[in-house]
Amino acid sequence: MIVRILGEGQLELPDSAAEELNRLDAALESAVEKRDEAAFRPALAALLAKVRQAGSATAADDLRPSELIVPRPDASMEEVHKLLTDEGLIPG
Amino acid sequence: MGVMKRVTMVFRAKANKALDRMEDPRETLDYSYQTQLELLQKVRRGVADVATSRKRVELQLNQLQQNSDKLDRQARDSLAAGREDLAREALTRKAGVQTQLEELQGQYASLQSEEEKLTQASSRLQSKVDAFRTRKETIKATYTAAEAQTRINEAFTGISEEMGDVGMAIQRAEDKTEQMKARAGAIDELMASGALDDMVSGPHDDIQAELDRMGAGHGVDGELERMKAELAQNAPRQIEGSQPGTSDGAGADAGSTAAAPDTAQAGEPE
Repeated sequence: MIVRILGEGQLELPDSAAEELNRLDAALESAVEKRDEAAFRPALAALLAKVRQAGSATAADDLRPSELIVPRPDASMEEVHKLLTDEGLIPG
Repeated sequence: MGVMKRVTMVFRAKANKALDRMEDPRETLDYSYQTQLELLQKVRRGVADVATSRKRVELQLNQLQQNSDKLDRQARDSLAAGREDLAREALTRKAGVQTQLEELQGQYASLQSEEEKLTQASSRLQSKVDAFRTRKETIKATYTAAEAQTRINEAFTGISEEMGDVGMAIQRAEDKTEQMKARAGAIDELMASGALDDMVSGPHDDIQAELDRMGAGHGVDGELERMKAELAQNAPRQIEGSQPGTSDGAGADAGSTAAAPDTAQAGEPE
């Protein structure tokens, strides 16, 4: 499956990574929902670390859309929250 | 559902909305390609803007560093002249300059990393836009309208995701550049108004004036002595070159070339 890290590009991950990703993603989502800043930063870092560790970059001219999209590493909790609700973060 | 899936859905929804607006998908490929080229232009301008801002901060950093060095020298000279009060004053000002310096250094680093990211985003987008152009021509030439639809959708969704990502990156870089411009403008104003400049090196450099008055440190006599000592240390070869009697064979060429401007200057009355 293809995962995009915003601001960095796409990586291809084996489907076997999905379970671990879901677990880490659930922790991130819970932190964002509760607006728990202390839990948010390490949760995002852990998710990104897993994506990077399990993934390898796709070819630059690969036009396939991503199955999953991860916020950028330095995104604030507020930004992630806006991304989820599409309060105009994506231009166009 | 998870953050990743939800973010993906937001991106997809955006692409689908654009796809729904299309009446003839094949014509829309050309339109989309135009939009992609425009975005590429915008990213390149963004890279240039960030670079300009970074260079401006770099200049200010150099200026502040010079100020800080000068205050440091003044503090030493003051101490050497037994004026601890002046030295303290110079160091206090240096601390102020140093604070500005550190703040600017942090912002410089962040601009640098933004520039790097945007440059990479630009080359990623370029690759995808090139791939899209090829795909677009293939689809138009090869497939029936029904077949084309699926392929168009896929390529469109892929490129639209990239464009959304890059669009956010530009937005972010623009915001940072704006902040930096405001801050750099404030520092320029401080320097122009004399608040920063006067304090250190302007016409009313009171610490320097006091040091000069005492004939210490950078006073004319001290400066003269220092320059004489420097000349004696750094330019033995030039002196050799201008005195043919003492010149030995090796290095004579280099010596005479280096001595030429000196001789010309010595010919001038002032």
